Formats: sequence, C-alpha cells, structure tokens
Amino acid sequence: MRSLWQWLLPTCVIAGANQAQANGWNMPVGVTDISRDIYGLHMTIFWVCVAIGLLVFGVMFYSLFRYRHSKGAKAAEFHEHTSVEVLWTAIPVLILVGMAVPATATLKNMYDTSEADLDVMIIGQQWRWRYEYLGEDVAFNSNMSTPWEQIRGEAARGEHYLLEVDEPLVLPINRKIRFLMTSDDVIHSWWVPDLAVKQDTIPGFINENWVQINEPGIYRGQCAELCGVNHGFMPIVVHAVEEDEFEIWLAERKEAAEQEAMGVDREWELDELMARGEPVYRAICASCHQAEGQGAPPAFPALANNAQLIDDLDWHIDRIVNGVSGTAMPAFRSTLNPVEIAAVVTYTRNAWGGDTGDAVQPASIAEKIVQ
Amino acid sequence: MAPKLPPQHPLQHSTTAAADGQADHAHHASPKGIMRWLLTTNHKEIGSLYLIFSLIMFFIGGIFALVVRAELFQPGLQLIEPEFFNQMTTMHGLIMVFAAVMPAFTGLANWMIPLQIGAPDMALPRLNNFSFWLLPVAFTLLLSTLFMPGGGPNFGWTFYAPLSTTYAPPSTTFFILALHIAGVSSILGAINIVATILNMRAPGMRMMDMPLFVWTWLITAFLLIAVMPVLAGVITMMLMDINFGTSFFDAAGGGDPVLFQHLFWFFGHPEVYIMILPAFGIVSAIIPTFARKRLFGYASMVYATAAIALLSFLVWAHHMFVVGLPLAAELFFMYSTMLIAVPTGVKVFNWVTTLFRGSISFEPPMLFALAFVVLFTIGGFSGLMLAIAPADFQYHDTYFVVAHFHYVLVPGAIFAIMAGVYYWLPKWTGHYPHERLAQCHFWCSIVGVNLTFFPMHFAGLAGMPRRIPDYALQFADFNLVSSIGAFFFGISQLIFVLVIVLCVRGGRKAPAQAWEGAEDLEWSVPSPAPLHTFETPPVFHRSHHGD
Repeated sequence: MRSLWQWLLPTCVIAGANQAQANGWNMPVGVTDISRDIYGLHMTIFWVCVAIGLLVFGVMFYSLFRYRHSKGAKAAEFHEHTSVEVLWTAIPVLILVGMAVPATATLKNMYDTSEADLDVMIIGQQWRWRYEYLGEDVAFNSNMSTPWEQIRGEAARGEHYLLEVDEPLVLPINRKIRFLMTSDDVIHSWWVPDLAVKQDTIPGFINENWVQINEPGIYRGQCAELCGVNHGFMPIVVHAVEEDEFEIWLAERKEAAEQEAMGVDREWELDELMARGEPVYRAICASCHQAEGQGAPPAFPALANNAQLIDDLDWHIDRIVNGVSGTAMPAFRSTLNPVEIAAVVTYTRNAWGGDTGDAVQPASIAEKIVQ
Repeated sequence: MAPKLPPQHPLQHSTTAAADGQADHAHHASPKGIMRWLLTTNHKEIGSLYLIFSLIMFFIGGIFALVVRAELFQPGLQLIEPEFFNQMTTMHGLIMVFAAVMPAFTGLANWMIPLQIGAPDMALPRLNNFSFWLLPVAFTLLLSTLFMPGGGPNFGWTFYAPLSTTYAPPSTTFFILALHIAGVSSILGAINIVATILNMRAPGMRMMDMPLFVWTWLITAFLLIAVMPVLAGVITMMLMDINFGTSFFDAAGGGDPVLFQHLFWFFGHPEVYIMILPAFGIVSAIIPTFARKRLFGYASMVYATAAIALLSFLVWAHHMFVVGLPLAAELFFMYSTMLIAVPTGVKVFNWVTTLFRGSISFEPPMLFALAFVVLFTIGGFSGLMLAIAPADFQYHDTYFVVAHFHYVLVPGAIFAIMAGVYYWLPKWTGHYPHERLAQCHFWCSIVGVNLTFFPMHFAGLAGMPRRIPDYALQFADFNLVSSIGAFFFGISQLIFVLVIVLCVRGGRKAPAQAWEGAEDLEWSVPSPAPLHTFETPPVFHRSHHGD
C-alpha cells in the first residue's frame, strides 16, 4: 500500500493542491481516515482520466485540424496494426490494476466493523431518521426542522435550508462507532459526505458501517435513495463532540428518558396532552396527513372529521400502535413512547374542531403496546 | 471492412430489382390512408413508423424533463408538488429509455439492416408490424396513468420495491402491463433482427463482412432476447405482490427487497448497453465515410462489442455498491466493471486512429459523430470513476451519477441516433438535409447538452442527491445553469424537426451514393430508396477487406 502511494505520489501532490480548493465544487475531503482515502482515490482516478483524455482528444483534434479534406489531405490506406492494438489493450489493463490495488485496500478497511466502541442503530422511516444508542436506553427521532414557509418561499431561507434537524445525532470523536442500519418502510440511504458513509437502510436487513471522526464539528447530509414524496426532506445532522462532552450529553439524555418513562404512570390533563401532541403531530404525522389533518386521499386519509376515527377510540389507537399493513401507515409502537402516542391521539381527536374531549392516558397506551 | 459492389455496375441490381418490385406490386391494390400504415409489412415503412414514434416520445419525455428542470431552477417549491415531481422524473426516465431511444434504434435497424445486408425485407414482416403497433398501445397506457387517481408511477424509472409495490399508487398495475407490452415488442423485434441478419445476407457476405451497425445490432438483439424476459419476470413478481398477496419483495412477509434490485439490474445493465451498442455501429459507419479512410481495426471492433456484451452480464451489482453486499461481491463487481473500460477504450482508440491521416470533412452526420466520440468518452471517464467501489460510496445516487448517464445517453446514444438520421436522410428522402440548419442544430445541441449536464458533476460531488424536488442553497448555481441549458437544448431540438420536415418535402437532390466516402450496400440503391429493394439479391463482392 505504502509503496503504491509512493508510486502515485505525483498525482497525490496535485490532489493535495486541490484539497485546499475543495469548496463546494468537489468531493469533500471529510473528517475520517476513510473519507480521506476515498478522496485520494477519487482524485487519482480523476487525474488518470484527465491524462488519458488529453492524449486521446489531443490526437483526435490534431487529426481534425491536420488532415482536412478541404486542405487537400489524402487519406492513408492503413486499417489495422496488431502491435498497436495489443498495446492499447494492455496498457489500460495495467492502469486499472494500479487503481484496483488501493481501492481494494480501502474497501477492506471500510468493511471492517469489528471492535467498535459504540453501536448506534439508524432506522430510516418515511420521512425521518431514528437513532438508537444500543445498550444505553437512549433513542430519538430526527426530523427536518426547516419550516414549510421557507420551502414555499413565504419566509427567508436560513443558512442550512433543508439540512437542519430538530435532534441531531451526537457522536464522540476519536472512537470507533458502528452503525447498524435498517428501515421500517421503504429503502432509504443514510449519507453524510464528510464522513464518507453512505449505506442503504433496507426493511428486513441490518446493514453495517462504521465511522471514526477525527475532528469535532457539525456534519450534514441527506437521504440518498428515493423513498417517496418527502425524499428531499429528510436531512441528517451529526454533531461530533469531544468524548467527555459526549458522556455528559448521554447522561442527560438517559435522565430525560427516565423522566419520560415515569410520566407514563401519572394522570395527564387534556391541555397537557394537547400541548405535547401538537409538536409530535407536526413532526411525525403532518407530512402525510397534512397540517390541518385534511389528508391527501387516496393514499393518505383525512383525520379531521373522520367519523370512524372519532367513533372508535380503540380502532384509532390500534392504527397508530400497530400500523396498517399493506399501506404507508407504519406501526409507531417502537418509534414513539406511550406518552407521545397518547398525546398525539388526544391531539388528533380534539384539534380541527373534533372536540371529543377524550384525554387518552399514556398508561392505557402502554398496556396496548405490551399486548 | 468496406464491403462493396463492383464499381462498374453498382446500381444495376438494385435499379432492376426496384423496377421489378414496383411492377410486381402494382397488381394488387395496397391499402390507402391510415390502413396502409396499420397493415404495412414493409421494413422501410415500419422503420419510419418507429422513428416518428420515437421522435414524438422524445419530445414528450423531454417536456417531462423540462418540468423537472423548471422546478429545480431555483431553491424552494415554486411550480409543482413533490408528488408530481416524482412522477415527472419517473416518466421522463421510462419514456426516454423504453419509448424514445430503444424504438429509435429499432427504427434505424428496420430501415438499414436489410439495405446493408442486401435483403429484400426483414425475415418476419408481419411480426415486424405487430412489434411496432404494440408500442403505441404500451405507451398510451403508460402515459394514461398520469391521469389516474393517485397519479402515475412515482418511484423512479428503476422502480425499487417496496416503494413500487406496497407503497405504490394504484396505477402501478397499469404501469406493469405497459412495460410487459413494450417488452414483448422488444423481444419480437430482436428475434426478427437476429433472423434477418443470420439468414438473409446477400450471397457472398460473411459475418465478418457485415457493416458494424449490423454487427452491433446483432449483438444487441441477443442482449434483448436474454434480458427482457428477466424484466418481465421481475415486474410479474411485483404484480403478484401488489395484487395477489405474495411477498417476493416484502420483508414483512419473508421477502427480500434486495432481490428486486439484483433482478432489475441483471436486466438493467445489459439494457444500458442495448442503448449504446447500436450507437457504436452508427458512429463506426460515419467516421470512416467522412474521413475517407477505412475503419481502423474492424475485427477488434467486433470483438470489443462482443466483449462488452458478455461483460454486461457480470457487472450488474455495481449499481448496488451501497446496498450492503458482502466484501467479496463488492470486489468482484468492482473488478469486472473496471474491465469494461478496456474494450470500450479499444473502440475509442479505433475511431481516433481512423481519423488519423484521413481526409476529413465536417458534414452534419460527422459533426454529431465526432461530438459523440468526445462526449461519450467523458461519460466513460465518469463511469470509470464510478466503478471504483469505495469512491462510489460518495458518488452513488448523486447528481454525479445523473451527469454520467446523461453524458452516455444524450450526447452518446441520442447524438448517434441524430448522426444516423442525418447520414441516412438522403437515402430515405432523396434529399440532403439543409446544411446550415443542421449545423445550427448541432452547435445549439452541443452548447445545450454541456450546459445542462456538466454542472451536474459538480452538484453531485458537492453532495446533491438525485431525485429531490428541492435542494440546499449551495447547489443553487449549478442547478440554475443546468436548467437554462436544458431549456436551450430542448428548444434547439425543434430545429431537428424542422430539418427533417424540410428534407422530406424537398431540398438538394441526393444521388444513390449520397456521401463520397460511403461504402456499404445501402448506397448502391437509388435515393430515395424505392419501397422494394434487393428483390433479387445483389452479388456481394468483397473489395479490399482482409480475406
């Protein structure tokens, strides 16, 4: 590997010169060893192509200028030349072997997910990401936080338009983090260019990838696999922080999770549930069932003034807890906690003129989930 | 190569043949008006039907692309909703692949293969009629899904399950039927082409005497016969999943969404070569003609085409590098994909060497063929970059990929089709295309195509995923330029239509040998080619081709 890089040194020097100019026109160099390796491969193959291109197009344009019929050029008679043909078959093979060697090494490294310090489960959902820190009892959803007013052009667009979320994925630097990736519905793809991680999340499969971040910072990416109507609106934000900062953050999240769990057992007021339910509705439900619950039939039924939903509370809860198989409605039993489900059910039954007065208690939801 | 009739009486056979033909067919009254076209079994008429159909579809698919580009002109959602945006990207891809590029090549094959091998018609003329008339049915059905409740296909032209099954709009069943019909059409067309080439060559014409357009189409036809049934299989599995409760691709029922991608790309990768191999054939006819020099390395061109076709069955998973394949599979598909650069390189080197020490002039077909060589090679370079699996983790599903495949398909396949049309228009109509207008079309297309697709490389490298209706602000400039370029390119294509219409109606008269340096058999029949040619087979004389 090392000797090969020495062989490639001249190209890498040029690549290094370009590195400084990587300003939104080129692949980012990134902040992991692998992202740097990939950037190196990218620039090497790029310059190989440039060199071949200059040669081929050079000969071509020389011929076009030099051998013009209008200038009285007479065509030569030759039409084959075995040794030349063998040569231009063999030389590309050698160049390709030269490329394949470092590419193979990098690929092997990318596939080595062993001995990770931390496991994070990444779950793609239409249209958000869910992150679960395995063994730490910390899990949350990450939704795009760019308001629709900005997308519709009714408000000025912020600096990180479409690339901002309510809850970023927080990761420690200098530690090997293994990602376990799957999906609850269709195929998504989790991609952060600065980390050089792009991996499909596929229902029924758990894919692995890993990252070890060298520099603290905020790294942004997007879903890279067409996943339905809001494919363009499921960004990824990674906060890479110092290790001690990460430990503090993790402890805070654990405590908050415990607080939330205790909330399941107490009695909640209607107002409290409504206040809790509205942001959940906006983040989770509104992308299909729309901001005012009007839905988008036939794919996404209306919730406002939906007689079946108002009349049958158990049916309503069942739809949310268990989903509706064969449709785009997922089961939220593991995505939302009982408090959130209770709150959002209460919200949908009382918002938009529903006014049923039902205050669904988290404890009853928790029972249903256990069933 | 250069099969050629003896120079002293090149027109004799064909003129007599044509005269015989006309006399012969004057006896029974052929149907008039629409029935003539519905019932025609003549390869030239069916070829024209294919070409006109594909031109119409080219504009419909192009309008879809312009809707997409209009929405992407600036950040934010201005014109259309994301749902409709997804339908437009999907339909653009489907129409361009299955209804524009593929039928255009089939149309050229219908017109030119019998003329180039000295056959009176295709081997199976009625089947030929059937395979064409399936197409308007298939694509009327496909386009009609846009007006159905829930809209048309919105899952990309690659229609990955389960987005295209469990989560698909109700119209998906019609989409499947449309694709089945189009697939039947392709298979029948391919069988016909194979039967024609293998059985109906002029006496004395060996396989290695065939013009490269015939060779590349023969190989393409075998690819079609091999992979269209795989497509039929995969969409039938979708049909079962959607309507009959199976779970081929539904993980919740024990199915496998990745299986869909393996099957799709086992069809899909040969499919992309189906769209480029005949282009190689056209360019290999045009460059020697206007360089007035024999094609360099005829035999190696044939072998390279065959090698590309064989390799195309072994590289499908390079579309799936981030799906989570095992390491061994990633390595295998990376190496096999890189290998494709070798025969493809041989072809480019051969074209360039044909130019070297030629006697070159720049008629419209040559302009498009030369642009093909340069811009297709650029698309090949980005393809080589994409083959490097680790780097593909960054490139995959970005605008870099969009730039890559548009470079090989637009200035690749489509420029080759246009080159072929300009090259053979004198044979079809008896008139030369209007030179000034054709040049204008060429230069507008060159500027438009590069303005549209070159910035996409940068947008993709900078991190813009494909198939998104709105994008972050750092991609705004690239998209602005792409959109301007796309409208410029799209409008320029009206010039193409104008040139064709003018050429059909009149223009400078073309002789049988319309281009000074052209050498294949089609130039031995009069221009315009009479309805029936080679009813008496010509005697094929190998001129200076290596025996």
